[in-house]
Amino acid sequence: MIAEKLAGKRIAITGATGFLGTALTERLLRSVPGCELFLLVRPGRKGADERIRREIFRNDCFDRLRSERGESFGEELSRRVTALAGDVTTDGLGLSEEDARRLATCDVVIHSAAAVSFDSPLDQAVQVNLLGPSRVAQAIISAHDSYAVDRPFPHLIAVSTAYVAGNRRGDSPERLMSEAFFPTEASWRAEVSASTRTRSDADAASRTPEMLARFDADARRELGAAGSPLLARRAERLRADWVSDRMVQAGKSRAQGLGWPDAYAYTKALGELALSEQHGPVPTSIVRPSIIESAFAEPRPGWIRGFRMAEPVIISYARGLLREFPGIPEGVIDVIPVDLVAAAIITVAGRGIAEGPPPAGSLPVYQVASGSINPLRYGQLVDLVQEWFSEHPLYDSHGQPIEVPEWSFPGRGRVQRQLVRADKLLARAEKVVGAVPFRGPTAELSARIEERRSEAKRALGYVELYGSYTETEAIFRVDNLMSLWDTLDAPDRGAFCFDPRVVEWPTYVREVHLPSVVTHARARTAPGKRVSGERRDRARAAVLHPARQLAAFDLENTLIASNVVESYAWLATRELPLTERARFTASLLKEAPGLLSLDRHDRGDFLRHFYRHYEGAELAELSAKARQMFTSLLLARSFPDGIRRVREHRALGHRTILITGALDFVVEPLRPLFDEIVCASMRVENGVVTGELMRHPPTGEARAAVIEDFARAQGFSLEECVSYADSSSDLPMLEVVGFPVAVNPDAKLATMARRRGWHTETWRPAPGGSRPLLPLAPGPHEDESTSVQLRELIRRARQASAIMSARWRHRREAVQR
Amino acid sequence: MPRPGFVLEVDRSTPPTLFWYGERFRLERLPTGSRVIYAPEPHAPLADPDAAIASALDNPLGDSPPLSGLLRPGMRLTIAFDDVSLPLPPMKSPDVRGQVIEAVLDRAAAAGVDDVVLIAALALHRRMTDAELRHALGPRVYDAFAPHGFLTQHDAEDPDGIVHIGETDQGEDVELNRRAAESDLIVYVNINLVAMDGGHKSVATGLASYNSLRHHHNPATMVHSRSFMDQHRSELHSSNWRMGRLIAASGIKIFQIETTLNTNTFPEQFGFLQKREWEWTMKDRAGFLAASKALQHTPPKVARSIFHSIRAPHAMTSVQAGEVEAVHAVTTENVYAQQMVAVSGQTDILTMGLPYISPYNVNSIMNPILVACLGLGYFFNLYRGKPLVRQGGVVILSHPTPWAFHPVHHPSYIDFFEQVLSQTTDPVAMSTTFEESYARDPWYIHLYRTSNAYHGVHPFYMWYWCAHALDHLGQVIVVGGEPRAVRRLGFKPASTLADALEMASDTVGRDPSITHLHAPPLLLADVT
Repeated sequence: MIAEKLAGKRIAITGATGFLGTALTERLLRSVPGCELFLLVRPGRKGADERIRREIFRNDCFDRLRSERGESFGEELSRRVTALAGDVTTDGLGLSEEDARRLATCDVVIHSAAAVSFDSPLDQAVQVNLLGPSRVAQAIISAHDSYAVDRPFPHLIAVSTAYVAGNRRGDSPERLMSEAFFPTEASWRAEVSASTRTRSDADAASRTPEMLARFDADARRELGAAGSPLLARRAERLRADWVSDRMVQAGKSRAQGLGWPDAYAYTKALGELALSEQHGPVPTSIVRPSIIESAFAEPRPGWIRGFRMAEPVIISYARGLLREFPGIPEGVIDVIPVDLVAAAIITVAGRGIAEGPPPAGSLPVYQVASGSINPLRYGQLVDLVQEWFSEHPLYDSHGQPIEVPEWSFPGRGRVQRQLVRADKLLARAEKVVGAVPFRGPTAELSARIEERRSEAKRALGYVELYGSYTETEAIFRVDNLMSLWDTLDAPDRGAFCFDPRVVEWPTYVREVHLPSVVTHARARTAPGKRVSGERRDRARAAVLHPARQLAAFDLENTLIASNVVESYAWLATRELPLTERARFTASLLKEAPGLLSLDRHDRGDFLRHFYRHYEGAELAELSAKARQMFTSLLLARSFPDGIRRVREHRALGHRTILITGALDFVVEPLRPLFDEIVCASMRVENGVVTGELMRHPPTGEARAAVIEDFARAQGFSLEECVSYADSSSDLPMLEVVGFPVAVNPDAKLATMARRRGWHTETWRPAPGGSRPLLPLAPGPHEDESTSVQLRELIRRARQASAIMSARWRHRREAVQR
Repeated sequence: MPRPGFVLEVDRSTPPTLFWYGERFRLERLPTGSRVIYAPEPHAPLADPDAAIASALDNPLGDSPPLSGLLRPGMRLTIAFDDVSLPLPPMKSPDVRGQVIEAVLDRAAAAGVDDVVLIAALALHRRMTDAELRHALGPRVYDAFAPHGFLTQHDAEDPDGIVHIGETDQGEDVELNRRAAESDLIVYVNINLVAMDGGHKSVATGLASYNSLRHHHNPATMVHSRSFMDQHRSELHSSNWRMGRLIAASGIKIFQIETTLNTNTFPEQFGFLQKREWEWTMKDRAGFLAASKALQHTPPKVARSIFHSIRAPHAMTSVQAGEVEAVHAVTTENVYAQQMVAVSGQTDILTMGLPYISPYNVNSIMNPILVACLGLGYFFNLYRGKPLVRQGGVVILSHPTPWAFHPVHHPSYIDFFEQVLSQTTDPVAMSTTFEESYARDPWYIHLYRTSNAYHGVHPFYMWYWCAHALDHLGQVIVVGGEPRAVRRLGFKPASTLADALEMASDTVGRDPSITHLHAPPLLLADVT
């Protein structure tokens, strides 16, 4: 009687926050009433106790136990469960003295912590999967020697994987690596030190000037002129990602070079090898599950945690994204439900108590797999999945059912080539769309392309990662497991069933696994178009909630479809006769490409450079003209929805602030809309503008600082602030607040907003409003009769424009000097 | 001798009828038995307008001395004049206002008056542009006054520029432009395009504030003005008259000058617009064909600017000056003489083609609210006696009704359309729920005062203008209107007149009487 044998025993578990660990914890608490559990988790920021409460006991795995125990559930947890703060990537597991003492007095230690991702960076996989089991054994030995010399060593049960067999074909027996099939000369110690070296090499490679320049350029391409701190942060992130990618690549290459499909199987295999050398006097058993999938029956059919190996592939298939997946139809896909694995581990532990743990050095191996006695063929699985999704289709965003593709079981190479081609094509489209200065809905096209591309990339990733698992030709023997099964009496067989033959695959796939996967993926399973405005309305309501405190607005293309160059052109041409206006336009157009590239590079530099145009103009005159410009340029091109939004914020009692690189006299007429205007202003000497800025204009990260300062001064929380901007160069002011809103976003911002789930608004100039091609001011009375106009023209031609002549005079003087 | 107005009964030989359709036209075949009301032909202009003006100033009506007798050195003289909303379309130079004001200024100069200020009597309308002022006043007056700041525009929101005169016996606040109220004499120069214009309404409305206007610009008053064109049955006018009498009693002196224009509304090349279709000459037909074909392929913005450049060949038919009520009585008779058409009996369905212009979109965009106002506020009210359409009848408008707004002139209209009309089309409900917040909104006030925007409350007034019609009618259908915008107004869109008549049959039965109001040129139906 397993439950009775284990009653009163102390069991430690590593990796309890994982899929198998959670199932194991729950099963022990529920089916072995007397045992006490010690869960080793990394303390993280919140501490080990908080972590096990949040990440383990809140999982729906415990729903059954919670309802069975009722009120006493909490009490039982605190009585029976203790958190050990530790980390399997640290020697000695980083245990405190007290926790080490607890470990030493355990009867069973189940090591299920692993880096299960098939594309972990090499060194990380080595630390966790290769060195982890030996570290646990070593920690047990040293804790035992320090605190519990009199007690017997606890029984260590190390969870490995059946895929340590690598790419071999045919029978894969339940024998140690060293005895059965370690195929290379590679020593695990050499692999460990090589992985550390690979990391430092990759890191060094990422720090060459060429690479750093590339990251910088990539960051700039992605974010535009967002300001140097943000660009620096992004570039560093890109560098770290690059190193990480290299490590993933290194892991994959090394694994494949040695005959394993990926870094996971390879590090797990070497981990077993290391453990068999390093476990010393600790009695040790090894349990090797195959692909663990959703629960067969316990705690409830279909229970699953995390997005596991088969799920992303299945969901991508159901969404029509994976048109093909490689595999051999008659090949065996070795799947085992999680509750069977948990039961097998508990049985191994119970038997260790009943019959004494295996003698040190013997290391029995139990494979928990279905392939040899109850095989599921890949072709059968695909048929089942296709059939099921034909009956229960997922729905696209238009509410139409998605037709699932027929798979033709092509070779992996062909699928990969297809996907690589799609990725390249989409990358090119993305680049083209990104280069054109679209705004608003058109810019969102680029966000959609980006999304398609990441979907294609993901699909490619699945094929590369999991392709080998559908092509596996190894047959995992379960002889040890079955002889263990034979020793169980009927009640134990009922309570801890791990016989792979109980699974009837069609029923399991159709009624247990797929419904669970679909629910878990939160896929759309009902027809009917989602009311598309719903989400937007919710986001808008959140932005316009009375609890918000501050709304910050950018000006150009956020509230008004105009910019500083246009304002300048308008002001400068207000007094010019027709011929001069044409000449002026031509000269400004000639300057345009240079200005544009400067603007893209650094907004502050651009403004500083451009505002020099105003040099020599009289401030009083500029201000008077700016008042006229307010009507004929700014208001005429304003976005009524935007102006209304400012006013709505005010009506709700929010403070409003305008942050713009435009000049003070230009934005002055907008003052009644805002509590505060932060803008550029120029130095004035004797009433004449010098063309030099008084201080740095509010661009890039300075905008974030403005909002932070204002919020601090008013005692506002940034989480309650709203920020509206249109361009990726405004990213800092969007990132700093709790409610960023992208208005008429450019392609880059549209992509980012979509990725981060930011609310997006499309604001347009008033429908029907006129938008002149060139922002030139009308002469004083344009609709006069021709003769009057001619007279006027002659008069005005004589007195050349104040602004232009002043500038020319100044330049002449400069040249003469 | 110009022919009087005419009511045609459509028979099988009647050619299709011209319907205005914004910046375009439609030719519609009305069912046999329908009636079409045509305006009287233009009366002959005054042979010598300057002499007529001089004569009016020197021989005033009612209890008033001649203008010269009211002028003396050292006095404060304020000349107020109608703004850009009159006349429609804007008239060819010289504008009547400029002509009259020059005569007034001559007399002021002769009398040695040197404190003279001109005020555009905007009420809550948008400020006029320099070009519009120059056109209305003529270059001589404009250049003499504008550069020195003596040409001003009424600012109903200037806290220092408004003065409270008192309350009428009905408790109505009277607030006026301070400069005008504190002058020794106000000379008000009117263009009386329709019978509604002028009288005590000139000063009491044109130079007033929101506090004052709200007493008669509200749904209750509008519903009880049957119609605005009939002063004696118009609550709007009663209120203005009470205020005018209070102003007179408070010692403010007003010398009223009113002018009337003939119905010569469109220049030569658009002559077909003011002729009866069966009398079109070859030239008229060619003109119509050319215009309508060309307009079909013209972008709306271009068509708009073409139409708004039309200057009407209106000519002055009378001018009278002196005491307000005496002057207005004569003016009203003159307007009636030019515009009145006798119509016997009401109709089940009234159709009207709406042109590109209304008083509030001169040089601007006719937005959907203005479409409603022109149809139900103005054209519906072009009656004396009984409304042209019976109680519970149907009005069919023809206008493209684009979802378009002028961002500078009509900012509060945009918000009104989005926020108010999406909630309610009931004038009373919106006046209690929304009016105050729009009227007191600091941003709208800022735009009204410093830019060229109509006051925040103005779209409400446009809607109240329709209150009588909304109360009276069973259904409103817009032929060829943009469906989304038309529905927002609470009306029904129809793609053709035939569809509209079919839809109307739900309300007025299968065999309704139909009348078409063939305007502009403007007319006033005397319905018996």
